[in-house]
Amino acid sequence: MRAIATQLSGRRGESLVFHDIGFTLARGEALVITGPNGAGKSTLLRVLAGLLAAETGSFRLKDDDGADLAVADHTHYLGHRNAMKRELRVSENLAFWQSFQAGDNGGGLTVEAAIEAVELKGVGHLPFGYLSAGQQRRIALARLLVSARPLWLLDEPTAALDKRSDQLFADLVRGHLAGGGMAIAATHQPLGLDNVQRLELDGAHRSLEAGLEAFA
Amino acid sequence: MMALLKRDLAIATRSGGAAMLGVLFFLAVVAVIPFGIGPDLNLLSRIGPAILWIGALLASLLGLDRLFQADREDGSLDMLSMQDWFGLVLTVFVKSCAHWLATGLPLVLAAPLLGLLMNMSGLSTGAVMLTLLVGTPAISFIGAVGAAVAVALPRGGLLVSILILPLAIPILIFGVSASYAAVTDPDPFWPPFMILSAIALFFAALGPVAAAAALRGASD
Repeated sequence: MRAIATQLSGRRGESLVFHDIGFTLARGEALVITGPNGAGKSTLLRVLAGLLAAETGSFRLKDDDGADLAVADHTHYLGHRNAMKRELRVSENLAFWQSFQAGDNGGGLTVEAAIEAVELKGVGHLPFGYLSAGQQRRIALARLLVSARPLWLLDEPTAALDKRSDQLFADLVRGHLAGGGMAIAATHQPLGLDNVQRLELDGAHRSLEAGLEAFA
Repeated sequence: MMALLKRDLAIATRSGGAAMLGVLFFLAVVAVIPFGIGPDLNLLSRIGPAILWIGALLASLLGLDRLFQADREDGSLDMLSMQDWFGLVLTVFVKSCAHWLATGLPLVLAAPLLGLLMNMSGLSTGAVMLTLLVGTPAISFIGAVGAAVAVALPRGGLLVSILILPLAIPILIFGVSASYAAVTDPDPFWPPFMILSAIALFFAALGPVAAAAALRGASD
């Protein structure tokens, strides 16, 4: 399985925040996106997830035979917000996403195992809103574990996490990559990986016309 | 998708949920009418079906704006949108159904109690319940379109109501006229009731598609 982006550009309002982005990821590889605030890291991730339309270019997932796969069905997107309901118990939240996002390939941990994997054993019965910000973020990470999807798109995944949890997160990503997954993360946290590609967004906004002409 | 239905029902019935809010509003609107109109029993029983319908319509509009906004605020909407077109339409359909079960169905069940306040006969109350049972889902389905259009607006509640109201007027007209036809002798009950059912089915088919299109367009 490979993830291929070609000549991607994305806009925010009337300016082009990034342009001519291209990369190829194979199984077990990760891409780390860095850049100053407002450089378009989140926009790029949302374009990759299919939540925003790309101005130009395309992003594809291909299986081992080269056939296109639906990006939305094979991708976990973890945005700034945790996608959990405060009113519901942690285990209910995770069980819902497990059932809603169950991939074709099945797999994934059970809800209890996922909560344990983020080292929060015993919080399953609490309403999500009772948890601290860091615990909530870790439960949001646990969502990626309850249903197996090969590509993870992570937007500042370690926000609100302490040092120990940073390490926990790095271990989770390593485990995911070792299992043949791929990850694209906007983070300044060193993942401690060997096979990591880097993409630096410069944050230089271009007007739409100038940007599109530049690489036409 | 059953999981989505269960989740939305659980949220609506837990603390701070919208389920009780609609019924309480319905109760408040209808309960003050006899005090305002005065104890003219004939007048009350004559305007009863219309008052119940207006109360139910307003109560259904209440909280409709939260249908997608709550999911947008906590990021769930991103995951719900990461589906193919059919999946998204089905998601909207299921969420609309959950919204009706949580807010529309309690209104139908509360109608007989409020019928007593309006001095309505048993037959009249039954007719209102039946028309509400058919009509309130239509409000939920078409309301989903308004909720999807206004999803990105921080205070879109009133806007949703105003967007929806013109489309909800036919539901009100045929709902009320069918309710009256059941008790006034020469008027036939079935034609307005059939048109009401047709509107409900039409909105059930159109609403989720239009709302899904609006959600796709609103993504940012």
